[in-house]
Amino acid sequence: MSRQRMSYDGVAVAVPVTVPYVRYSTRSAHWFVAQALQALIKTSGLSKDQIDGLCLSSFSLAPDTVVGVTQHLGLSPRWLDHMPTGGASGVMCLRRAARAIQAGDASVIACVAADTNHVDSFRQTLGSFSNFSRDATYPYGAGGPNSVFAFITDNYMRSFGARREDFGRIAVDQRTNALKNSNALFKKPLTMDEYMRARPVADPVHLFDCVMPCAGAEAFLVMGQERAQDLGLAHVVIRGTIERHNAFADDPVMYRGGWLVDRDDLYAQADATPGDIDFVQTYDDYPVIVMMQFEDLGFCAKGEGPAFVNSHSLTYDGSFPHNTSGGQLSSGQAGAAGGFIGMTEAIRQLTDSADKRGVSGAQLGLVSGYGMVAYDRCVCTGAVILGRSA
Amino acid sequence: MTLPIQRPDRKNPVTATRQSNLPPTERGRVALGMTAGAARGVFELQVCTDCGCVQYPPREACGQCLSVDLKWQAQNGAGNLLSSTTLHHSNDLYFRDRLPWRLGLVQLDAGPTVMTHLHGEVGQAPMRVQVGARLDRAGQAVLITYPEQGGTHMADDKILREMTSDPKYRKALVTDGKTALGQAIVKALILAGADTVWVGQSEPWKQADGLLEIASMPQVFLVPLDLTDGRSVTELAGEIGGKVDMVINNAEMHRNHGIAGRRGTDSAKAEMEINYFGLLRLAQAFGPALAARAADGTTHATAWVNLLSIYALNNFPAHGTFSASKAAAYSLAQCLRAEMQPSGIRVINVFPGPIDDEWNQQIAPPKLSPESLAAAIIKALRDGVEDVYPGDIAQEWLQRWRDNPKALEREISKNGA
Repeated sequence: MSRQRMSYDGVAVAVPVTVPYVRYSTRSAHWFVAQALQALIKTSGLSKDQIDGLCLSSFSLAPDTVVGVTQHLGLSPRWLDHMPTGGASGVMCLRRAARAIQAGDASVIACVAADTNHVDSFRQTLGSFSNFSRDATYPYGAGGPNSVFAFITDNYMRSFGARREDFGRIAVDQRTNALKNSNALFKKPLTMDEYMRARPVADPVHLFDCVMPCAGAEAFLVMGQERAQDLGLAHVVIRGTIERHNAFADDPVMYRGGWLVDRDDLYAQADATPGDIDFVQTYDDYPVIVMMQFEDLGFCAKGEGPAFVNSHSLTYDGSFPHNTSGGQLSSGQAGAAGGFIGMTEAIRQLTDSADKRGVSGAQLGLVSGYGMVAYDRCVCTGAVILGRSA
Repeated sequence: MTLPIQRPDRKNPVTATRQSNLPPTERGRVALGMTAGAARGVFELQVCTDCGCVQYPPREACGQCLSVDLKWQAQNGAGNLLSSTTLHHSNDLYFRDRLPWRLGLVQLDAGPTVMTHLHGEVGQAPMRVQVGARLDRAGQAVLITYPEQGGTHMADDKILREMTSDPKYRKALVTDGKTALGQAIVKALILAGADTVWVGQSEPWKQADGLLEIASMPQVFLVPLDLTDGRSVTELAGEIGGKVDMVINNAEMHRNHGIAGRRGTDSAKAEMEINYFGLLRLAQAFGPALAARAADGTTHATAWVNLLSIYALNNFPAHGTFSASKAAAYSLAQCLRAEMQPSGIRVINVFPGPIDDEWNQQIAPPKLSPESLAAAIIKALRDGVEDVYPGDIAQEWLQRWRDNPKALEREISKNGA
């Protein structure tokens, strides 16, 4: 009999920070980490020394890890973690930081995801992303994740009768959301017609199914709730959270993800049902994965994703507010920060700081993560339900 | 159905020749096990000795039971196509120049799901397909999916042709037309659709059997070529080097003795002059021109074939100095392969057992007929393999050598001297 899981009570998640995205940067990732930390300090009123824990997610620090960053930026934390899990790193950093706070190993932890993007860095990242991708996917057309997700999309469309238009619903509504987010790289509306007419990248994946790589950072602070109150910081609480890696490894092609394994646990922790969730921030590397998250997190049954997106509006003011910042598809993918963008947005939504795209009356928000193509799919999944602090 | 490729138009001498580029070359050490199989034309995957689980991608330990005892074993390649895509964008120059490019995801009957290139005759998923391993232009193993039943012109598929060196419409140099083997190679090349075959003859004033018949074929041009003479090689390269798509170096000198059987070094030197230095001269003169034309249209320069000998792996004392010269040539051929790799020119090493010719009169059968050796060379070009061991003797030696090289050495020294 394993021990009863401890709740995440008493942990506050606060100070969502976004370092503005740029398409290309000549700076290194360290520059973006520094910008994020500086913003965390300014906004929180804490001094640099008072942040005694750091959890970092980045692809472009090499040869450094979080270790080199501490000396580079003159930090002396008593708790340090490096989370090389990309799209799942937001949820995973939060989980680890929360436990460290509860255990007293640190009092204020900065969770930071930052990446730079040089003109040639995306191509270089692809070729050396993992042993499996170097040996078994990159030599096949060097399409990067586009080809892997083209297979997954093709299979999903055939298995469940999804059409391109269904995926278009996700992309088009996210663009509407992005227009209310001054940091989004895409500034023009996207019509369904434009979505459908976009050039093919890797059939059936077309241009607006793909994220635009860019440079930038996302960050937030994790601390005890009392500390947050003392500092007068608006914050949210963790109602439940899960992670799962390499789930359903025997599925010959991915049609479901690790969320499905643990979702009952997730909702039980939060004492909530999918119907109680006021908004969802999914990991949107490709729309097909968004649809799987809707299904696997219980918003609709497997295979009903297409019907679900057609019976809901997915804008911030719609019947199912989703990726209210515009997500990666419309804001850009700042490397590992793509795994944090849903988290910072959810904190903003639940602390009434989401600007003109606020989801009115939101009490509970779900953030899910999906990260790291090792071979033919991403390996890491996670999710968290965040709530307004009482 | 694949449309047959057309004979290319004459090259416009004013347009720039397309420069060669390669698909991604990087592989981990374990993954090179698949390249070792593909170099011989075999599709092998790692199989767990403890639980039988077939592994992919290549790895250090069984994904099922964590055993580190994984052996490369031949696969039949049968499977189901799960999904396909056509790439319209690539991050790599090689593919960018060749878009659109089709890929497929296949679940092998043996278990794993593999990402592969798709032959043009493969339709939409779901369907039964056949997966095979090939060397790509970088010389690394890749998987390609074929239809269960291929059409007549299947070899002309755009993606498959990137992995093969089909003689069809190509121009070849065969370095020695005076031997029965050389003539068999010329005939086989023409049968395979070669456009032009330049056939080398040394000492043209000496008549050789069969040469007139070869010379009467419209595709054949006899050219003076003496591999022992640097000037002769350079002159010929100056004349035809910029047009040759494949070099087949079959010229060899073969004497039957070891060390004690003949005093002096004259005949051993003569063997080295052709078998080793001849290859060196030829490679210096023709190699750069071949490399420069490795992406020159549909019938670009593509391959270099070396006639070695199974005796290059282990000395056959009865033909000891010949074996030594072939071992030297083998080593140089590896150097040539390394130097040709950046261009994508495939270096094919052929290791036949004894050929049924005048220098193997005392060797008991089975011996390799010139025709079957020529056929094996054409097959190697079409299959895009790198190392070929034609004939029963070569196959047997190879197995014994792979199993235990020291045991083979002892066995040969007992029986052979």
